[in-house]
Amino acid sequence: METTEFINNFASQFDDTDASEFTLETRFRELDEWSSLNALAILNMIGKKYSVFLKPDEMKPVQTVRELYDLVQSKIK
Amino acid sequence: MNPFSLTGKTILVTGASSGIGRATAISCSQMGATLIITARNEPRLSETFRMLEGQHHVQICADLIFQDELDTLIEQLPKLDGIVNVAGIAKPLVLSLTDKEDVNEILQINMLVPIHLTRLVLQNKKLNKGASLIYISSINGNNCAYIGSSVYAASKSALNGFMKAVALELAPRGIRANCINPGMIDTDLLNSGSIGQEELEKDRMKYPLKRYGKPEEVANAVVYLLSDATKWMTGSSLLLDGGYTLQ
Repeated sequence: METTEFINNFASQFDDTDASEFTLETRFRELDEWSSLNALAILNMIGKKYSVFLKPDEMKPVQTVRELYDLVQSKIK
Repeated sequence: MNPFSLTGKTILVTGASSGIGRATAISCSQMGATLIITARNEPRLSETFRMLEGQHHVQICADLIFQDELDTLIEQLPKLDGIVNVAGIAKPLVLSLTDKEDVNEILQINMLVPIHLTRLVLQNKKLNKGASLIYISSINGNNCAYIGSSVYAASKSALNGFMKAVALELAPRGIRANCINPGMIDTDLLNSGSIGQEELEKDRMKYPLKRYGKPEEVANAVVYLLSDATKWMTGSSLLLDGGYTLQ
């Protein structure tokens, strides 16, 4: 799993935040547009693109894009 | 004679292996009905079967999205006094990430199976006069909507529309058709982890009655609609939501 590709897939679940603003260090829960809709879209994206089906409660402690990437990566292995 | 009794009635329940379907089958048997229960999962269907009260019930394992399995079910059916369409799926999925297969799967199970089952029992003359057809729909798509449920909402509101025309067409034979629109019901589907526990708790508190419904409570509404107590009730959508859509 490529980090750049993961960041792009992550970023495309947002409408108002520019894709270029996203890095592995982005604390996505602090974004203005963060909502339960983005949260669901991200879970769906991870399921579709990486065949990893995270439960909302597993995503709860995750704060940064990197933490999410690591979580998904650990499930792929 | 108790107007809520189902004694002497033969009732088909789909999706009987768990949740609302299982509770419905059990309640109907307790009210005196003879059950034909069907579902995809054989071990869990048998588990429901063993929980039924009374005798002469039948279990038929079938995946009704497949034409041959649906045909086999129809062939084995006796004359029915009621059908309870419970089988259904829900998966939280935003539309922007929904693909064609997701749409087909949800519409197939939630909408097309009940439509084809109704069509086939009719064409094969499996319904007694005065039979009652029940479709387990949802508040979602009919009385409100949720994010991540567009196709589900479409499938459920389609059921209510279908039911109304069926109610009109079958009224001359005294056959009734009704929907039940439940709010969130505590079932395994809900507890599978696809919704976070904290979100569930918050959502529960949005219900004026401060809890989700129980499968047995939907089953009670089913018994009501199957029974002679509702002989003059057809084409209706029975709201069962702990007051959720009042607000």
